[in-house]
Amino acid sequence: MTETEFLLWVRGPAFQIATVIFVVGSIVRILEIMILGRKPNLAEARGSAVAGGLRTIITRSWPDRGTFKRSAVTLVSGYVFHAGLFVTILLFAPHILVIDEVLGISWPALPTPLVDATTVITIIALVVVLLHRIKDPVLRFLSRFQDYFVWFLTILPVITGYVAFHRIGLPPPTLIAIHILSVELLMIAFPFTKLAHAFTLFISRWYNGAIAGYRGVNS
Amino acid sequence: MKTDQTLGERLRQQGISRRGFLKFCAATASLLALPPGMVPVIAAALEKARRPSVIWLSFQECTGCTESLTRSDAASVEDLIFNTISLDYHHTLQAASGTGAEDARESAMKENWGKYVLVVDGSIPTANPGYSTIAGISNVDMLMEAAAGAAAIVAIGSCASFGGIPHARPNPTGAVSVSDLIKDKPIINVSGCPPIPVVITGVLTHFLTFGIPELDELHRPKAFYGKSIHDRCYRRPFYDKGLFAESFDDEGAKKGWCLYKLGCKGPTTYNACATTKWNQGTSFPIQSGHPCLGCSEPDFWDAGGFYHALSIPTGDTAQTVLYGAAAGVGAGVALGALYRAGKAHAVHQHEKVTINDLEKGG
Repeated sequence: MTETEFLLWVRGPAFQIATVIFVVGSIVRILEIMILGRKPNLAEARGSAVAGGLRTIITRSWPDRGTFKRSAVTLVSGYVFHAGLFVTILLFAPHILVIDEVLGISWPALPTPLVDATTVITIIALVVVLLHRIKDPVLRFLSRFQDYFVWFLTILPVITGYVAFHRIGLPPPTLIAIHILSVELLMIAFPFTKLAHAFTLFISRWYNGAIAGYRGVNS
Repeated sequence: MKTDQTLGERLRQQGISRRGFLKFCAATASLLALPPGMVPVIAAALEKARRPSVIWLSFQECTGCTESLTRSDAASVEDLIFNTISLDYHHTLQAASGTGAEDARESAMKENWGKYVLVVDGSIPTANPGYSTIAGISNVDMLMEAAAGAAAIVAIGSCASFGGIPHARPNPTGAVSVSDLIKDKPIINVSGCPPIPVVITGVLTHFLTFGIPELDELHRPKAFYGKSIHDRCYRRPFYDKGLFAESFDDEGAKKGWCLYKLGCKGPTTYNACATTKWNQGTSFPIQSGHPCLGCSEPDFWDAGGFYHALSIPTGDTAQTVLYGAAAGVGAGVALGALYRAGKAHAVHQHEKVTINDLEKGG
């Protein structure tokens, strides 16, 4: 297989396979949760479940002072790498081009050097997250193989993307192919690992807030 | 034409002044990214160089490479340098034909065995030797015979370097490159469809003065193929700012913004177009508003379409997402129904424990 054939396979069949697994997997996982349902709540509502749910989605996205004091490293590095991923994935011109091609929607890109710098910051934050996980006895005790595996799957596209952008070491088509392949691995693992929190966190936050709201508790 | 004349003697005979000659040497040195101190070295080496015998074999090709070379400014010193090599066989350019032409090739090979430079343009068919023949000799046989006595081989154009267009899918002739067949000779690939004329003469000058130039992993001279089109492109600032032409006639195209979205292969293409340019430094494809096709890279013809950016998926992903979503909803609802049934079953199986049961158990 030549480097061009490799790139074409990655852009062609492999991307289609990864897309099918990602889409089918994500929808199945969400429907599994939704359809299972809950028993009807016969208690009289003292507040609005909808308002409580929405409020908690917002309030839980913002750290309170106590959390910051207890785990500043987790909080700062966590926010930095999530924001970094947002910028590098969604505000880099070639990525917007892919989204435009697939979904037909696009938006303005950030200047490339800014995205480049953000990539470095994101990698540093992800490394800090890993070191903290290994060094902190409680986190280490709670960590299983999957936690390290999804960390690896997350940092891989960032690193391969950085290397592909700067064309380090291998022919450029091969570097781009490796980068796309690493994203495809992430897409395949996404619905079936903790990475699915990107969808489920809103469901669970909503639910927490909705119960509290229903009973009139100021969540 | 006397073959034992040195290049210097020959140039003087043609009325090229010392000043004109040194200007050429200086231009070549800067082209090859050599320090200015090398100019006298190039001049001295070229002065003394005997006209090397060059045998040019054309296989499965379109003559575009020869056109590129011969259509460069006829009065240029590069052209004279090329006149000053002893081009002993080139079946497009030579006057002789038939047996006379083949005799010229054979006698040139015999006289300069082990010393001549073999230039090849075009790919070589391997599926059937009869697909391309010259004077009844198959391309493979002629290449093998000529390569055996060559000091070095220069593969001109993407066909000779990587198989090129004949090698594109489905490759009906089983076309291969020179380096696919020849393993025991130094090969310089001067890729491009066609290659830049000044790159051809530059490589030849380097070969005459310093021998084989420094090559990249694809055997291309680093002096010309060391930097990507993207890195040297005058539209690069627009890429970095995220300003792209969306179509060939929109506001961005008129303002000269980056052509990445229109399929430009500049980021993965290594060639000197952005610096040396074409037609005596007039322009190059991107400057005239067209994305780079990546013609100096292997398999550029099959790289997923000239007008699709390199990072774009080739399949119909929107349709895949749609079908995937439908399948996902189906599978999710089926699984959900299964879980609900299981839950209902568990509720049904549940037996209430009364005080009496507890007392019995106790």
